Amino acid sequence: MNFDPRFSGRKFASVGTRPIRPDGVDKVTGRARYGADFNMAGQLVGRILRSPHAHAVIKSIDTSKAEKLAGVKAVITAKDLPDLTDGDAAMHDILDNCMARKKALYDGHAVAAVAAIDARIARQALKLIEVEYEVLPHVTDVDEAAHHHAPLINDQVFTEGLEEKPAKPSNITKRTQFGHGDVHKGFAEADFVVERSFKTEQTHQGYIEPHACVASVNADGTADLWVCTQGHFVYRQHCAQLLGLEASKLRVTSSEIGGGFGGKTHVWAEPVALALSRKAGRPVKLVMTRDEVFRASGPTSATSIDVRIGARKDGTITAAEATLRYSCGPYAGSWAEIGAMTAFACYKLENVKTVGYEVLVNRPKTAAYRAPSAPMAAFAVESAVDELAKELGMDAVDFRIKNAAQEGTRASYGPVYGPIGIGPTLEAVKHHPHMKAPLKENQGRGMACGFWFNFGGQTCTDLNIGMDGSVSLAVGTVDVGGSRASLSLVAAEELGIDYSHVKAIVADTSSLGYNDMTDGSRGTFSSSMATISAARNAIKILRERAAQTWDIPVEDVHWEKGHAIAKGEKYGNLSPLSLKEIAAASGKTGGPIAGHSELVADGAGVSFATHICDVEVDPETGSTRVIRYTVVQDAGKAVHPTYVEGQYQGGAAQGIGWALNEEYIYGKDGRLQNAGFLDYRIPVCSDLPMIDTQILEIPNPNHPYGVRGVGETSIVPPLAAIANAVSNAVGVRMTHIPMSPPRILAALDAEREG
Amino acid sequence: MAGVAVSTTINGDAVEYLCQPDETLLEVLRDRLGLTGAKEGCGTGDCGACSVIVDGRLVCSCLVLGAEAEGRKVETIEGMAHGDQLHPLQQKFLEHAALQCGVCTPGFLIAAKDLLEKNPSPTEEEIRFGLAGNLCRCTGYDKIVRAVQDAANVMKGA
Repeated sequence: MNFDPRFSGRKFASVGTRPIRPDGVDKVTGRARYGADFNMAGQLVGRILRSPHAHAVIKSIDTSKAEKLAGVKAVITAKDLPDLTDGDAAMHDILDNCMARKKALYDGHAVAAVAAIDARIARQALKLIEVEYEVLPHVTDVDEAAHHHAPLINDQVFTEGLEEKPAKPSNITKRTQFGHGDVHKGFAEADFVVERSFKTEQTHQGYIEPHACVASVNADGTADLWVCTQGHFVYRQHCAQLLGLEASKLRVTSSEIGGGFGGKTHVWAEPVALALSRKAGRPVKLVMTRDEVFRASGPTSATSIDVRIGARKDGTITAAEATLRYSCGPYAGSWAEIGAMTAFACYKLENVKTVGYEVLVNRPKTAAYRAPSAPMAAFAVESAVDELAKELGMDAVDFRIKNAAQEGTRASYGPVYGPIGIGPTLEAVKHHPHMKAPLKENQGRGMACGFWFNFGGQTCTDLNIGMDGSVSLAVGTVDVGGSRASLSLVAAEELGIDYSHVKAIVADTSSLGYNDMTDGSRGTFSSSMATISAARNAIKILRERAAQTWDIPVEDVHWEKGHAIAKGEKYGNLSPLSLKEIAAASGKTGGPIAGHSELVADGAGVSFATHICDVEVDPETGSTRVIRYTVVQDAGKAVHPTYVEGQYQGGAAQGIGWALNEEYIYGKDGRLQNAGFLDYRIPVCSDLPMIDTQILEIPNPNHPYGVRGVGETSIVPPLAAIANAVSNAVGVRMTHIPMSPPRILAALDAEREG
Repeated sequence: MAGVAVSTTINGDAVEYLCQPDETLLEVLRDRLGLTGAKEGCGTGDCGACSVIVDGRLVCSCLVLGAEAEGRKVETIEGMAHGDQLHPLQQKFLEHAALQCGVCTPGFLIAAKDLLEKNPSPTEEEIRFGLAGNLCRCTGYDKIVRAVQDAANVMKGA
């Protein structure tokens, strides 16, 4: 395949318009089917028994009473999910997380499961399972867990990444380091140095749809799984490996997904549902309760971060350093590593060093949450940058503009940047009317920058042209927020036909080649690249068919605005053939016309955003209200601008919740105390203002249309922007997220007491 | 357990069903009647994804028993459009892209319909407080509020 992915400036007819999404009517009429909306004949209800202890040895499990209860068709424990991971440590962690094998490692860890004819009997059966635990000391705080005297979660863990293998096991699984230059020299050159420590609490993605699936394993070894997921091909691989199935015999269909934000990238209940179905010989539907979602899916890391930045009087940063500790739950992860890579990515630095420590705690296994790890690092760095600007007597925006990374800058995590948007977003913010809006008493303004890598990865699409000239586009990246509309626009653009003639669907794992999951803001970037490639392959066939019809060389047939055109004066009497006409004749000219594409979408352009936030803080209660919010972000090219705005607004809103209110609260017993939407309060409609957006388009040179991922970067700046705004409103530097009313009051009291 | 026989009206149609005394209206709608437009996001009345209207009152169907629907009129998302004619709120939600994942959308539409029936000209603040019982994690609510404002204008002109 000779697909050229490079950017070529072109005028767009469809891309950049704002049509209604193809899945829209189903979603406003209640017809769209999500994870829990699917049923099979003879289906059982699955339920999972979970550990009430943060850390405990499972001494024995007696399921005999539950098995005898009328209506119970299967009871499983870890014994029913034998270890088939063959030395793959990451898969073994997934297996152990799906069903605890020897120890329960957090409050909510699955220990057994039942399938019964209805939910009531399933719940009764759970109560009849007798588990004998030996409770162990636990640790849930990231700093306490990193301490050498903390209870050990896994005595086989010896910190990786140190010069010498340590003599003793530890809760720190890995140390990573990034940077260049000489920070000692850089700090020696600094006239001003700011050094601060920050903490952020654990938050949850908070998707409104709980995890849900229907699993059906047949006696012949074939199986079906209907599931809400961000990546059905990855779920198929993981489930097939854990259950000992051939991947091709497990067909996974992704339902409509009711939010994921990174939280539906990992299997939890799906292998359990398959194991229950295998044992019961019937389909099993397993839907998590909201309590289970909070206790036993994958929230983000809690963090503890130290930052030190130095600058000369002229405002040039001479050195920057950060140490980042991220909680991973009870299994190894690379969350601090990602934080360490992103921390200083916005800046042009001669001397920079970041060190990350991955820390095990007795909390659920950390999962990705929208630009995972970046918001916390940005909170720490952008807070310190603001403090340094103040010490220098410089405007916060001007200080950042002076030090912003540019094309050719070596990023703090290694690569050299191509064309990037950090400078343009800062310039746009500098001149934005929001910066001049008047502020009243107890109000403050803050701004901050954010970075995300964006992913590409393995991608397939099929583009089939029907005999009536309409186009079916099958993609393999799950649509989390309108990508079927964007990809239909791209197919229409490339073929030169109207958007209304393209219908995009998300194909199941048996209908299309492997696709990586929808993560890393890759959905529209990667699948649009594959769609362009597939469309160009189809156009090649369309040209061949026209050439055959006209009996002229295919080289003389061009494709323009949905028509084959014979180029050259000698063909003056040949009128153009439309896609529709060529499709209608396809049965006689060689059969169905289609374009396929299987590729690795390389070159996902990095993404930058700058946010502005105004807050009002009530000094009596410590309550904070966001009164004005503006997002400026580079999209490369906004394929469907309304959905790009939606990504900007949604990320900002999640960041506002994280900054001001959301946190996992654990008791001294290691149990989660706020596993519900009443006590884990995400922003509601009356909490927020309108969220203004400005889309910048600095083309990604590695995509034909210049597209960059847009989904995640919008959650990176808010924690810092709001912290800077609150700090400016109350005159005290806030260093602990969320800035809930008690924390703000405590900070004000501490300031008064000096 | 003996079932409770219930006669009710759902989206204008007479409906009869047997349900358990402890079964919620949401479970009845979804599991017995196949009306899966109302979603269970929490089961505790905190998210509004299961919103329906019972005798003109907006409720979380997860907090109502199936047996309580006896003799009442229940409106769900499945009854909001008339044939293929979408309700102005449905049309404006599409035009404004007031949904991303869409799982909260049926609840928002029902809550917004209830709001506009009681207050045809709400201010932005009244819309925000009127919809504060419905959680959306994708949109930041901006486009939802604008869609409701636009629909209110269309409905007033109709």
